[in-house]
Formats: sequence, structure tokens, C-alpha cells
Amino acid sequence: MDDVTKMALDAPRIGVFVCDCGLNIAGTVDTAAVTEWARSLPDVACVVRNKYTCADPGQNEIRKAVVEYKLNRVVVASCSPRMHEPTFRGCVMDVGMNPYLMEMANLREHCSWVHAGEKDKATEKAKDLIRSAVARARHLTPQEELKVKVTKAALVIGGGVTGIQAALDLADSGHQVYLVEKEATIGGIMAGLDKTYPTMDCSI
Amino acid sequence: MAYSEVVNVSGFVGNFKVTVKKKTRYVNEKECTACGECVKVCPITKPDAYQTGFSTRKAIYIPFPQAVPASYLINMDDCLGINPIACGKCADVCEKKCIDFDQQDKFIDIEVGAIIVATGMDVYDPSEIDEYGYTRFPNVITSMEFERLICAGGPTEGHFIRPSDRQRPKRIGFIQCVGSRSAKRGNPYCSNICCMNTVKDCLLLKDHYPDTDCTVFYMDIRAFGKSFEDFYMRSKEEGVKYLRGLPGEIEEDPATRNLRVVVENTNGGGVDFHEFDMIVLSTGVIPQKDSAVIRKLLTLSKTSDGFLMEAHPRLKPVDAPTRGVFLAGCAESPKDIKDSVAQAGAAASHANILLNAGHISIEAVTSVIDDSMCNGCELCIDVCPYHAIQSNGKKSPPTIITAACAGCGNCGAACPTGSITMRHFTDMQIEAQIDAILEEDGDQKVLGFACNWCSYAGGDFAGISRLQYPTDARLIRTMCSARVDEEFIWRGFHKGAAMVLVSGCHYADCHYISANRQTVQRVNRVWDKMERLGIRPERLQLEWISAAEGQKFAKVMRDIEQMRKRVTKEEIDETVRILNEERDKAAAKKAAKTDKKEQAAA
Ligand SMILES: Cc1cc2nc3c(=O)[nH]c(=O)nc-3n(C[C@H](O)[C@H](O)[C@H](O)COP(=O)(O)OP(=O)(O)OC[C@H]3O[C@@H](n4cnc5c(N)ncnc54)[C@H](O)[C@@H]3O)c2cc1C
Ligand code: SF4
Repeated sequence: MDDVTKMALDAPRIGVFVCDCGLNIAGTVDTAAVTEWARSLPDVACVVRNKYTCADPGQNEIRKAVVEYKLNRVVVASCSPRMHEPTFRGCVMDVGMNPYLMEMANLREHCSWVHAGEKDKATEKAKDLIRSAVARARHLTPQEELKVKVTKAALVIGGGVTGIQAALDLADSGHQVYLVEKEATIGGIMAGLDKTYPTMDCSI
Repeated sequence: MAYSEVVNVSGFVGNFKVTVKKKTRYVNEKECTACGECVKVCPITKPDAYQTGFSTRKAIYIPFPQAVPASYLINMDDCLGINPIACGKCADVCEKKCIDFDQQDKFIDIEVGAIIVATGMDVYDPSEIDEYGYTRFPNVITSMEFERLICAGGPTEGHFIRPSDRQRPKRIGFIQCVGSRSAKRGNPYCSNICCMNTVKDCLLLKDHYPDTDCTVFYMDIRAFGKSFEDFYMRSKEEGVKYLRGLPGEIEEDPATRNLRVVVENTNGGGVDFHEFDMIVLSTGVIPQKDSAVIRKLLTLSKTSDGFLMEAHPRLKPVDAPTRGVFLAGCAESPKDIKDSVAQAGAAASHANILLNAGHISIEAVTSVIDDSMCNGCELCIDVCPYHAIQSNGKKSPPTIITAACAGCGNCGAACPTGSITMRHFTDMQIEAQIDAILEEDGDQKVLGFACNWCSYAGGDFAGISRLQYPTDARLIRTMCSARVDEEFIWRGFHKGAAMVLVSGCHYADCHYISANRQTVQRVNRVWDKMERLGIRPERLQLEWISAAEGQKFAKVMRDIEQMRKRVTKEEIDETVRILNEERDKAAAKKAAKTDKKEQAAA
């Protein structure tokens, strides 16, 4: 077990990274107030506000803080995890942290963008989303991904023009291919056609 | 392997074990030279399916001259009998002695890392549309039959004649959308290929017989592909008539066997009568009739149109929801040859990436079981849509095949003893989120659960589209709505939530095949109990929102705010009181049970 993983099992030391996303988030959510507020959350060791957390300087801030504050959990309060979870997982991995110790709060798609006219309420909601992410982060544990071997052969079911093409492509790239066709001949529907649109070539 | 079927699939991405049944042809396909001597002596005559029944074949036959493999086969349902006394004429004349009545079906086991499903489609049978008289009038044919009649390799060697009198038809009508785009009969979707196919048919006729009069009845002509519009225009230049409006009925003149249709004139009003020598029904296409077999073997889903469902409609069009399985061609949706070939290439390329990787890692969102807590009830096995949990006999803890687990979390929610942990979406993690969200002002809040693939993504889409909605909801993301344990909902109410929302993929489109069926069952159970306890069931909402339904997401948020406003602080306090009581009762019951056990032990 490496050091950072071992640290993850110690008491949580959480870093919260609040993102302005230019004005995308900061235009609606009072990120300065949210940043100050987040310092009061239990187990939070540091809070950093960035203009663009996903850009290189923003990611560097995360890496720097992990080392400086001996963080063992990271919460990025920015956009949807469906957008940048891979980015920030990669970022914490750079400093030896298990990627499953990174959590996100979606302040953009689920908050600032959809509550543009309600700054106070949006700011309150942003706090709740961060509180929830921090609470979850406290219970995150390092996870190992299972690695499995791949059998270098493929099965293609159906011997119409699609199956034939796919099987040829795979065979051309050097793999063993099994093509299974339920009828007595391959060809599918196309074998029953005369000429084909739009070029009027013969089908067989 | 032609004349073969997949009969069993086990294993998981990168490591599938497949059993293929090779059906017997009763002819040794390696030895057969396709000389055709056998056919001459076979006494049995049957309609030839390849020629859409326009000609005949024998019980021993080859599907068509260019068939691959180029070998004959015997259809045993037609053959007089394997008993050589009954017939056996073919075996007598076969010089190479390749006819073998004792041949058996063979079962072959193979191991593969990736599977491509290219099972194609079937063609709609218009018999049910009785007004068009397909079964009654010989000169009403389908577009597939047209292909055979115009083909040089067809039953008439390409001489285009009509079935009733073998004369060349001069006035031909085409009716589009037969079995397509209809809510009543056939299917509601557009079959994609039939418009262009009819344009092609008309051009073929004009090419072979320039004096043919072609009239096409249509709703709209869908000529959207590359060079399709030119193709369509060319047919117009060559004199093909396109009339908007579909005939309600076809009538036959019994004397001439000519056909008459009545159509509303959508341009000038009124009705028009048209007479034809032959009518071609431009039949749509339907999902492969036995695709359910493959779906079940590979745990695939279908979309509402019946074709196989892809992992993501825009970003993963050739990946199946089951990892390591790819879709291509008309199995996925109706399409023409060019698109089928393009998709075949894409699927092959994705399979290639997997096969070349050598190793793959599986996201750590999988379930693990704590054997010491498990009572062997096997409820998890029942709910796992991926058969990823293997029984070790009732009463023993089952085994989870991590590589086959897709991570929906259904088993974790179903487990009554709490012995299944969903990695990265544990009870503890989710409960901590619930508590954090409801720490303050629960009466102002909607506690929401959203599945990663659909409803959470639908929320993202609402954001990207800048749709505005009220701020009440706080969402907790799970991989599938089936991860939502009934206990999570109760905890929400117990902690003072005004409203709880459970949301996920549409019922039939669950990213995890059918996992959200359990979501419905769980929500129903909670609703029933709320009713019994005197908690208004309206306070728990269940909504299906797809990734593309940003509008719906915003609407659900607006509606739920209205419901939230009807929940008073007093009502919430009362709920908390009721649930406290329930908790105390359960605790007392448990204590009594332990007491009894201890007494019995003493
Ligand atoms: C009347 C008509 C005219 C057309 N004209 C044109 C045209 O002019 N130009 C054009 O571009 N397109 C045309 N098309 C469309 C074209 O036929 C399709 O694009 C093409 O056939 C799709 O190929 P496929 O391999 O996906 O499916 P299919 O051709 O349906 O082939 C599927 C194959 O899989 C086999 N199979 C199915 N289930 C199993 C199973 N469980 N196990 C093993 N094997 C199985 C089937 O027996 C079949 O051989 C036309 C279609 C029709 C119906
Ligand atoms: S998480 Fe889903 S796929 Fe995995 S074992 Fe449980 S039920 Fe099956």
C-alpha cells in the first residue's frame, strides 16, 4: 500500500476546491462567501477558490494543496461529474492519490445555470451541495480496479452485409473471428436484392 | 459457421464462453461440389423462399447459386425420410458420397473477447392490412417480391411480368409506408429505406421498359442521404409521378385482374381514381423476429421500436449496454447498406480496441458481499440483471463475479441483511449525503435521487440549455435508480424532508436492462406503507427522465415545488413523530426477540 492510500484510512483531511468557472458559476453563486463558509465544515483542511479549476493552473492548485495540507480527500465544487470526473480523478492520481477519493459537487449544471435570477437561493443550494459532497467524501475509501485478460478472438452473430463487413475488418486486423449465421448461406437481405440504391450496383 | 446458432453465452467482457449449434445439413459441405445431380432426382417440390415463393426448389437444395458455403443441404421437414427404403435417391446419385442421413447437429464451444451483434431485421408482412388485398389479389406484390421479379437471377430471369397472367404490367402503382409510420397497424417508426428503394424500383423499370407508367403514393418522400435528392429528381425527370396521399383500399377487377385505388387529392381536393396492372406495396422493416433469443443470451435491451438498444444514443451508438458487446447494422435500427457497412466498421473498430488492449480494468463500482452477515436468501441473485451473482446453494452466501457486475446497485438495495456493499456507492456514503442535505430547513427542500445515465444527465441537459427552475431540489447521484434502498427514502422523511423524489431512466430503457423494475416495486412498497402510517404518499414522487429530457426535468422541478409548498412544518413534525414511533416499535420487537433467544439458550 502506498503512503497516500494509507493516509486515506486515517482521519479525513478534506480539501474543497470551489470553482468560479469564469462567470458561469460566480455570476450567480457567491463563490467568495461559499469558500469562507466551507472552511467551517468538519474535517475540511483547506478551501481554495479558482477561476477555472479544470485548467492547468487550477489543477496545479489541487496538486499543490494535496501535498501541502496532506489531504486525503478532495472535493471539487465545479461542474457535472459527467463532464470532468475523469479530469479530476487524473489530477489527484498525479500526486499519488487513489482516484476514488475525489468527489464532485455540481454547482454549474445543477445550480448556477438553472437559477440565474435567484442569487441568494442558489448560493444556499451551492452550500448544501458542497456539504453533501464533503459528507460523502468523509466516507470514501480507496478502490482498486479489477484487471482482467482479454481473449483475442471475436464472435460476429449474423452474416448479412453488416456481419460480413465487421468480420472482415476484424480478421484484417489480425484477430480470429467466428461468424455465425443461422441460415444455410451468408448474405442476409441484401443477397435477395437486385440492384441497390443510390448507385444501382448489383447486390451480390 | 453458416446454418448455426448461438445457444449459450457465459462469462463477461474479454472472456466470453459461447456454445454454437451447427445444424446438420445432411450433406458434407467440404466434399460437396454443388454439381446438382441430386436435385434432378429428388421427387419433392416446395416453394423457394429465396425467390419469395415465385419458383420452387427440391427437398435437397442450395439457397441460391452464389450461396456461401457453396454446398447443398436437405430440409428434413420436406425430405421423404432418412430411411433409404423410403427414398434415398439423392444418396444413390451422389458420386462423391457426401450425403449422410446420419449426420447430427454439432455443438462447438468457443472463447472470445468481444461479440458483435449483426442479426439484421425482417420484412413486414402486409397480410394483416386486408384493404390492400395482398393475400387476395395476385398482382399486389411486396417490394421484396419486386426485387426477385426484376432480377436477372430471379424466377423469370429478369423478365418483369405480373403473376396473374405472366404479361408485362405497363401501369404500376407503388404504395409507401406499408407497415410503417402507423399507430394502428405495423409500426409507428419510419423504416428508413423504403422511399429510396421505391425510387430505385421506378428507375429500374424506366431503364428496362421506358414506356412503363409509374405512380408513387406517399406521405412524404424521405430522400435525406448523400446524393438521394439527385436520385429522386432523376426519377421525376424520367416521368415517375409522385402523388401525395395513401390509398385507403385496393379493389380488383375480377375479369382483367387489374387494380383500382381511390385516393384523396390532397392538392386540389376531392377524390381521384387510378387503375393499375400491378401494385407494389413498399413494405417496411421490423426487428428480427427471434431477436429476443440473442437479447436474453447477451442481456441486451430494446428501444421502444423493438430494435436493439445502444449504450448511448449519441455518444456510444455501437456499444451495447453489456460491456464487450457491440451492435451494428439493422439489428440496431433500420438503415441502408452504406450505413450498415459504416456501422460495421465502427463496431469492428471498438471491438478491436478491446481486443488489442490485452487487459482491461473494470470500474470499481461493483458489489462485494460480506459472507459473515449473509443469510443466503438469494434475493440478490433474483434482482441482478447481469446474472453476476452465482448461487452456492440456498443458505450459503453467493459469489459475486466482479467482472460481470455492471454496478447498478440493485442487489445492495435488495439485500435485507445489509451484507452487500456497493463499492463507491455505499449505504454509509449515501446516508451521510442525506443527513447533510437535511441538516437545515428540511421543510424547504426536495431530497432527490437521480440515476447517473438518465435523470442526472437530464438535469445536466437542463443546465446546458439554461432552463430555469426552482431551487428546492438537492440531488444525490447513484448509478441506477435501483440503488435507492427503501431505507434511504424513510431516512429522508425521518430527517425532515418535505418531499422525496426518486428518478431514473424510462421504464423500458433502463441502462441496467431491467433494474428499474425493482425501483418501481420499492417505491410502491413505500407508498403503501406511507398510506398505512398516515403520511401523504404524494410526498414521494417517482419520475422517469431521459438524458435528452431537459424540458421534462425542469417541469418536474416546477411541479414538485408546488407540492413541496403544500407540505407544512406541522405535517413534517407529525411524520417525524410517526417514524420515531415506528423506530421504537421495531427496536422493542428486536429486543424481545433477542430476549426470547437468550431465554431459550438458557
Ligand atoms: C426490399 C428491400 C430493398 C432494399 N434495397 C436497398 C438498396 O437498394 N440499397 C441499400 O443500401 N439498402 C437496401 N436495403 C437495405 C439493406 O437490405 C440493409 O441495409 C442490409 O441488408 C442490412 O444488413 P444487415 O447485415 O444489417 O441485416 P440483414 O441483411 O438482415 O442480415 C442479418 C443476417 O443475420 C442473420 N441472423 C439473424 N439472427 C441471427 C441469429 N440469431 N443467429 C445467427 N444469424 C442470425 C440473418 O439470417 C441474416 O443473414 C433494402 C432492404 C429491403 C428490405
Ligand atoms: S450491482 Fe447490479 S450488476 Fe452488480 S451484482 Fe448487483 S445487481 Fe448485479
